[in-house]
Amino acid sequence: MTRIGLIRLAVIVALIGALELACRIGLIDHRVIIPPSEMAGALWTLLASGALNAAIARTLGLIGLVTALSIALGFVSGIVIHALPRLRAALDPFFATYYAVPIFIFYPVLIAIFGLSVMPIVLIGVATAIVAIIIATLNGLDRIPRVLGKVARVHRLGRIATALQLQLPAAAPYLFTGIKLAVSYGFIAVIAAEFILSPSGLGREIADAYADFNNRRMYALILFLLIVATLINAVLHSLDMRLAARRSGGRP
Amino acid sequence: MTATRRAGDTLLLVLGLVVFWEILHRIAGETAMPAPLPTFAYLLHNLATPRFIANLTTTGLELGYALLLAYGIGLSIGIWMGAHKLSGAVGEPILVSLYSLPKITLYPVVLLIFGLGISGKVAFGALHGILPVALLTMGAIRAIPPVYLRAARTLQLSPWQTIATVLLPAALPEVFTGLRIGFTVTLLGVLLGEMFASKEGLGAMIMNALQLVQGEEMMTVAIVLFTFAALGNGFLLFIEHRLHRPM
Repeated sequence: MTRIGLIRLAVIVALIGALELACRIGLIDHRVIIPPSEMAGALWTLLASGALNAAIARTLGLIGLVTALSIALGFVSGIVIHALPRLRAALDPFFATYYAVPIFIFYPVLIAIFGLSVMPIVLIGVATAIVAIIIATLNGLDRIPRVLGKVARVHRLGRIATALQLQLPAAAPYLFTGIKLAVSYGFIAVIAAEFILSPSGLGREIADAYADFNNRRMYALILFLLIVATLINAVLHSLDMRLAARRSGGRP
Repeated sequence: MTATRRAGDTLLLVLGLVVFWEILHRIAGETAMPAPLPTFAYLLHNLATPRFIANLTTTGLELGYALLLAYGIGLSIGIWMGAHKLSGAVGEPILVSLYSLPKITLYPVVLLIFGLGISGKVAFGALHGILPVALLTMGAIRAIPPVYLRAARTLQLSPWQTIATVLLPAALPEVFTGLRIGFTVTLLGVLLGEMFASKEGLGAMIMNALQLVQGEEMMTVAIVLFTFAALGNGFLLFIEHRLHRPM
């Protein structure tokens, strides 16, 4: 590990240690924050008991579904919009402001329409994530080098072969940026929706534990979600790095 | 393509959205999704009522305090980590991973620390805004050509003078992008805070309307919020574009 990495690790350990100490000596009330070691212990017992399995499966499944739907629908919409310049010009102001307005405020409206089921959660998740994919697809398609079209003609490639063998790889890095954003937007939307109003799921479990003053359970759940989010981000980041390396390595 | 035609196309799309809303109303029924026209009538009727204004003021106040905190703390962290190389190298990955965490999971912790009143929502909003402001400020300061700093040293400026007369003006356009994104996410944070365990503010109003099955009120609040956010963002974007223009 590099020197900077070591210092970073030391900083993180020192911060957690300080929190642990402050909790142990009573500087921070036990009713507000419990020591990190207790959080980890509580999480371990909770996971081992299997009581969380259903909620974990449901929440992670929803996040997966939302991401998959957003990627599929967003990619297709992106291609269609890219093919229609006039529609695209009209949509531009929408895309520019989409992430500036709190789309999530529509979640209660969706509940009013569809009732308290998974439907509003999936819809609000897709609504949050899909535009990132559409924008990334448009970006990627814009940046396909013109010369690739000539290459395709020289090799007499068909429409589909051109798309799969030349255009998709050329646009891939931009698409991946969109996928990364979509995963994190989907994650946030699903957890937030569950937390605010939902029949079940990890977000709901946290809200319930909070309402019951069950701090051990609440902090265990929070720790779990933070670990999952960090892991997902780390995986996406390393994939991104590998893609970038392959891109620059592939060039003469 | 002329600008007027483009504006016309965008207007057509807005009309399309209203038509879509009307169709949704026909499918979902009166209670779940009110029709567009009655909603606009409701909006005009209720916008000036004391109840609406009180909630609007609460949200505005919370947003104001949260922005003050987010900008203050975010700029401080950003300037420090941008100017001090080692701190930046150590801290950046930590900030990036904190930025990508779903902050909503931490809301119960914020509530336990700050309580159920206005301060909890302010803290939660600020929590959202600090990181993008800090990260973009740090990036902006790092991108300043080293020759500017050398000039500052030659002129024997104090650290404060260096920040105020060299670092900030040079980094301002990028920093402003951070402030704009900070505005957006802080507003989202405040609203999320209001939607959970709160009795005041526009976010609480929408949850309340859901419980009372008042579709018009929900859509009214949503429209008001969208308009406010879009206008705020547009205004900040306008300033940002002016700053980016070479002087």
